[in-house]
Amino acid sequence: MQNWINAYSWINIRFLLQGLWITILISVISVILSFVIGSVLGIIRYAKVPYFSKIVGFIIDVIRNLPLLLIIFFVYFGLPAFGFKPDTIPAAILAMTVFESMMIAEIIRSGINAVDVGQMEASRAMGMKLPQAMWHIVLPQAYKKMIPALVSQFISLIKDTSLATIIVVPELMQHGQVVYGQDPNYIIPVFVMMAIMYFVVCYALSLLSRFIDHRMA
Amino acid sequence: MIHLLTSNWSAFISGFGWTLLSSVLALFFSLIIGSLFAILEVVPNKALRIIGNVYVEIFRNIPLLVITMFFYLVIPLYIVKINGFAAGTVGLTIYTSAFIAETVRAGINSVDPGQMEAARSQGMTFWQAMRHIVLPQAFKYVLPPLGNQFVNLVKNSSVLAFVAGFDLMYQGNAIASQTFDTVNTYVIVGIFYLIITLPISYYMQHLEKKLA
Repeated sequence: MQNWINAYSWINIRFLLQGLWITILISVISVILSFVIGSVLGIIRYAKVPYFSKIVGFIIDVIRNLPLLLIIFFVYFGLPAFGFKPDTIPAAILAMTVFESMMIAEIIRSGINAVDVGQMEASRAMGMKLPQAMWHIVLPQAYKKMIPALVSQFISLIKDTSLATIIVVPELMQHGQVVYGQDPNYIIPVFVMMAIMYFVVCYALSLLSRFIDHRMA
Repeated sequence: MIHLLTSNWSAFISGFGWTLLSSVLALFFSLIIGSLFAILEVVPNKALRIIGNVYVEIFRNIPLLVITMFFYLVIPLYIVKINGFAAGTVGLTIYTSAFIAETVRAGINSVDPGQMEAARSQGMTFWQAMRHIVLPQAFKYVLPPLGNQFVNLVKNSSVLAFVAGFDLMYQGNAIASQTFDTVNTYVIVGIFYLIITLPISYYMQHLEKKLA
């Protein structure tokens, strides 16, 4: 029989909430870093600098098409061979950032592409320089169009942090495994609770994105 | 790296095969389940619409790993002994079907409602009109996003490594821990994944451009 009452004792719930906190912490730090890096990479790819943009584009495509789990393994077990040995949480953040930057770079590029070319041409005709036109005219419009895609990428980032449990990052999934490891009768209650926690966070974000999208349209 | 590849060739290839098999099986079943739930989301009956919505929202917002581990640990406890490969593939199927349902629903919505109305006014039932008129047109729109879902599916199949599914990632880990040559092993594993994902992803970009 599954023991729901003992599984949901305050000590266990608190432990899971601590895991959720680490999950959110890792996701937020990674998404901020990868937003910045992804924007730069996306603009480079959009700008079509000879050779350079092609190379950056190819690297983006390669990393985007690899499993995140492989990147986590590579960062945690592979990088020490090069003399760099990150701790578990920094390793998770690094892996997430590398992967998400590439995903966000693609979103940014297609967002910029979706802005009418006339906007760029008009601002250039008004005497703006390319970076000025980009910063003041094109990017603000592009970001507005990208909000749903960016939020859904953020949601999948939150879900993907669960993969970091394989390098024993103390996030929600890992803490869940610790709790149901005590007693096989905790398995179903703990899974239900983990699912609820992930669901609440992710679903709230997707509602928020729908709300913002609605307001802007 | 060449030596590592040749001396572990059979392990890499069997891992590659299991990854491919699991992805194809999961794609096949999630296409069926996903299309069913997509149709449920657009039927006139409100109760069925709610069921479709709830299924999609639940499984889109829970990590794949949680779903997979649940099947791996809970099914053997109560129902039937199940190995890691089967549990992983079931988890992948359910997770992916929610995304496919969203994609197909968007496709159905992008078909002009006049098509459905015209078909109904010709005396077709809702299901006949759906099957013969709306779905064939919708699938043309959803082909590129479905291809991207398949790429995601192949990448996501690496969670089989958590449940001893003998997939590429699992074999890669086994080889890495035997040879201690982590960097080269993971590079080879990465190349094997790219063999599947990169061509599909480029082809879908091409298709998107052609359709746009």
